[in-house]
Amino acid sequence: MHEMSLCEGILQVLEDEAGKQGFSEVRQVWLEIGRLAGVELDALRFSFDVVVRDTLADGAKLSIIDVPGVAWCLQCAESVPVEQRFDACPQCGSYQLQVTGGDEMRIKELEVN
Amino acid sequence: MSQARMVQIEQDILGKNNQYAEANRRLFGERGMLVLNLVSSPGSGKTTLLTRSLEDLQADMSLAVIEGDQQTSNDAERIRATGVPALQINTGKGCHLDAHQVGHALEHLDPAERSVLFIENVGNLVCPAAFDLGEAHKVAILSVTEGEDKPIKYPDMFDAADLLLLNKIDLLPYLQFDVDKCIDYARRVNPGIQVLQVSATSGEGMADWYQWIRLAHQTRLVGFRSASAVAERQVNP
Repeated sequence: MHEMSLCEGILQVLEDEAGKQGFSEVRQVWLEIGRLAGVELDALRFSFDVVVRDTLADGAKLSIIDVPGVAWCLQCAESVPVEQRFDACPQCGSYQLQVTGGDEMRIKELEVN
Repeated sequence: MSQARMVQIEQDILGKNNQYAEANRRLFGERGMLVLNLVSSPGSGKTTLLTRSLEDLQADMSLAVIEGDQQTSNDAERIRATGVPALQINTGKGCHLDAHQVGHALEHLDPAERSVLFIENVGNLVCPAAFDLGEAHKVAILSVTEGEDKPIKYPDMFDAADLLLLNKIDLLPYLQFDVDKCIDYARRVNPGIQVLQVSATSGEGMADWYQWIRLAHQTRLVGFRSASAVAERQVNP
């Protein structure tokens, strides 16, 4: 539900970077979105198109790089894959897991003019 | 025609919010304040729990409240009726408070040194999880009239919280709510979460919550020197 705010955040970064790096048009944006980041990708794409209308990124393509969830299992003492925050360890069944990856929301790269 | 090129930026989407949150956190540190971000779904009894807490605590500590709601200042008025200063932020269409809004509210509210500031977030178990406001702790409030599986339905929020207040426990005899199961779900999401069972209506368990606040406040005050004490030491070393 906060995808709209996220897109406003993205636009703000694009506008700041346009000044710093000297570009006036953004054609494509690569985002790294972790599976545990709580982001609904369809809503994000929809909001992005709406938010960037009539801005430097009007019509820009949004490319999402999927980042799988990873957690440290205290019982196994190793990194294990997780799909949800409440998943049990796939090896030992313990819930003593610390999420170590897959919660990122980053702007990775831009194609600009 | 200009040439298309690639730009690496590697920036967190919430980077701007996080910068504002850090500025808030610095101010809270300079004033020796404990700041708690209260999050819950609508109808968990959050405002009732907060007003009772203010009434019970205001004799021994300085308190302030920032209220977030999409519309109306009803909640801020309920808070002000306790005598504690409160500022309402209407988020309009926004589904959460952000650190920038809180920073603005602080300029108006100007909370005292060594005070405890409660930020009552918009009733929503999804969006406020992602937005750091500069608080010391997120406190999730869940009432036993809701589903006991809420911690796994909305895992991000229960992962972000340090304390879970299980509210309205005076109603347990009339409900089919499995407290142990609820706590188990919360710990699956967040093994370190603390859980206190309370009723803002009957008062049961509230003393534990106040004890938790006092301890968290004392922890914040370890090593704290007020600005006036620092200034005095510079004049008379």
